[in-house]
Amino acid sequence: MSAPSTTRHTLSVLVENKPGVLTRIAGLFSRRGYNIDSLAVGPTEHPEVSRMTIVVNVEESPLEQVTKQLNKLVEVIKIVELDPTASVNRELLLVKVKADVENRGQVLDTVQLFRAKVVDIAPDAVTIQAVGNADKLSDLLRVLEPFGIRELVQSGMVAIGRGSRSISERNLRPVAIPAPPAAG
Amino acid sequence: MSEQMTGAQSLVRSLEAAGTEHIFGIPGGAILPAYDPLMDSSIRHILVRHEQGAGHAAQGYAAATGRVGVCMATSGPGATNLVTPLADAHMDSVPIVAVTGQVGAAQIGTDAFQEADIRGITMPITKHNFLVTDPAEIPRTVAEAFHIASTGRPGPVLVDVAKSALQAMTTFAWPTELSLPGYRPVTRPHSKQIREAAKLILESRRPVLYVGGGVIRARAARELRVLAELTGMPVVTTLMARGAFPDSHPQHLGMPGMHGTVAAVAGLQRSDLIISLGARFDDRVTGNLDSFAPGARVIHADIDPAEIGKNRAVDVPIVGDCREVISDLVVALTTEADAGHTGDYEAWVEFLAGVKKKYPLGYDTPTDGGLAPQYVLERLGAIAGPEAIYCAGVGQHQMWAAQFVGYEHPNTWINSGGLGTMGYSVPAAMGAKVGMPDTTVWSIDGDGCFQMTNQELATCAINDIPIKVAIINNESLGMVRQWQSLFYNERYSNTDLHSKRIPDFVKLADAYGCVGLACDSPGEVDATIQKAMEINDVPVVVDFRVHRDAMVWPMVAAGTSNDDIKYARDLAPKFDDDADLELRP
Repeated sequence: MSAPSTTRHTLSVLVENKPGVLTRIAGLFSRRGYNIDSLAVGPTEHPEVSRMTIVVNVEESPLEQVTKQLNKLVEVIKIVELDPTASVNRELLLVKVKADVENRGQVLDTVQLFRAKVVDIAPDAVTIQAVGNADKLSDLLRVLEPFGIRELVQSGMVAIGRGSRSISERNLRPVAIPAPPAAG
Repeated sequence: MSEQMTGAQSLVRSLEAAGTEHIFGIPGGAILPAYDPLMDSSIRHILVRHEQGAGHAAQGYAAATGRVGVCMATSGPGATNLVTPLADAHMDSVPIVAVTGQVGAAQIGTDAFQEADIRGITMPITKHNFLVTDPAEIPRTVAEAFHIASTGRPGPVLVDVAKSALQAMTTFAWPTELSLPGYRPVTRPHSKQIREAAKLILESRRPVLYVGGGVIRARAARELRVLAELTGMPVVTTLMARGAFPDSHPQHLGMPGMHGTVAAVAGLQRSDLIISLGARFDDRVTGNLDSFAPGARVIHADIDPAEIGKNRAVDVPIVGDCREVISDLVVALTTEADAGHTGDYEAWVEFLAGVKKKYPLGYDTPTDGGLAPQYVLERLGAIAGPEAIYCAGVGQHQMWAAQFVGYEHPNTWINSGGLGTMGYSVPAAMGAKVGMPDTTVWSIDGDGCFQMTNQELATCAINDIPIKVAIINNESLGMVRQWQSLFYNERYSNTDLHSKRIPDFVKLADAYGCVGLACDSPGEVDATIQKAMEINDVPVVVDFRVHRDAMVWPMVAAGTSNDDIKYARDLAPKFDDDADLELRP
């Protein structure tokens, strides 16, 4: 399911938490002809800052261009490309699988094996929650497939660098504006 | 200094505090509250006839003065009429602020009367934009808008203000600092990059200074001249940079690109080093990118990092303000020169001088006694002189104006380069004249362009803005017609405007309270221009009825290589034949 890693890049984008930011970023990608594989947005440790994790499928040189164009957006504070080997990335999956009295045991075994979780149960189905990287989730789905998948929803990837460093350490120092010319 | 007032009063106070002296605009329902305090303001509001005119006037004002131009419109159609000027300003990095009214905050999203999501519409064509629904946000937003428009790579900023915010009571307090954590343009070039650049310049044998509009926006013309004269390197100035380096200067090869001089095109094409200063390797300059300047290394200096390496791979990238970059290069190269290190460009300069001499800009005089458009522009440049400001529309007349007027100073050539907006000239000239009232301002327009925005002649006549308009009337959409001549077997589909018959431009000028003159023979050109130069109390419109088959040469056909430049129809210059040096890489 996952594309070759040479062209898949994970960007962590810190943005000001203001209305319209998501539109600006999504619009920039489509206008410049780049496809977003996945996108996740949420709050950070700073209330005025949101963090987007964007997975794009591009070669190196268009990636540099898209990063520079993103940086030009006034509300984009910082962009970091996360190295897949030095970061943790996770997606969330909720899947409704057919499971009656006969095969429920097998389904639950699979849930156990993948360290997933049953979050809802009905007489003829179970809803499973799983967290992991794209490979793990696609493996889980492959195993669940024969039971019959009734409904599936998956989040965009979120990712964070390993170690103690934080990408959001930054100062929010204000910009002094030059004294305005005397109003004519 | 906080005072109670309406949002509308706060908006006008904020515009004053930001240094606004002139606004071009048209009132309407949603912006109406702001027009009431505007009556008592120090700001002069100029009532235009179409919002597009307001936007281009703000652009012309900004391009002529270097200050932020301001335009104002109401919601919905008023705002959407500003879309073209905003897109134009975005492409050409012109600092303007557009203030638009929006329907009341409670009505937003309900498809209310005259509602349009102008913030959404203009996101891709502005440097930044704002929607203000809280009146307390007005001063800070205006301050941020002016700061963003005028710093870094300049550009258009739109401030959309809900009518409810204009009507509500608020407190006015002008901010002293701004919180823009994501906006910190780099202006100081990195010293290591400057050293690298200086090294390449000294090593090269065939360098060219490729000068773009960034040099004009950065007010770096003086520094550029010092750099050019210090090193002796040849200079080309793009359409956006005409005037950044004197046309009369012996090191100047002219304009590069699709309708550039043979010397400028050959200079870039055969160079071993391109020093790009505030230029962006636009397709109109490079022609087919793969075959552009194949043997050249590239130093690319720009204040916008995204331009560097966008179209052409770069050897030495320099992010910074052009004036600082050039000044630092001058320092570095002066130090080298003092140590006895200078570049050896003698053979190259001699070769290019030969090309320049062999292939000067020229044109054919019509054999039937008709008027050559190029002659009109040559004479206009000679009579109005290099101190005047020239604003062009888009098309053949624009190229001839770029080629034949002759520019000596920055900010004297104003045109729509990137977007190519027909109809730009008259309103831009109006804005330039408002900003530079003591300077002669000529609008050089085509008969097609002129008919898109000429209603602003009324604005000019009524508000004492005595611009002069030279209509280069070839009764057709000339540039399109040229392409039809060259690439569509002379099948002239929908390019004949019949504008020597309808309208009567002299009568039209008269109807608008301007002086109308006409000229259709070479013998009358000087006297007509002189007459126009003598009228300074009202706008003047001159209908130059020119030969319709004149074409713009030289030409690199779209998508082809610069190597295939044609000096005239079916005439390819042979600039490599008599070269003493091996120029093929």
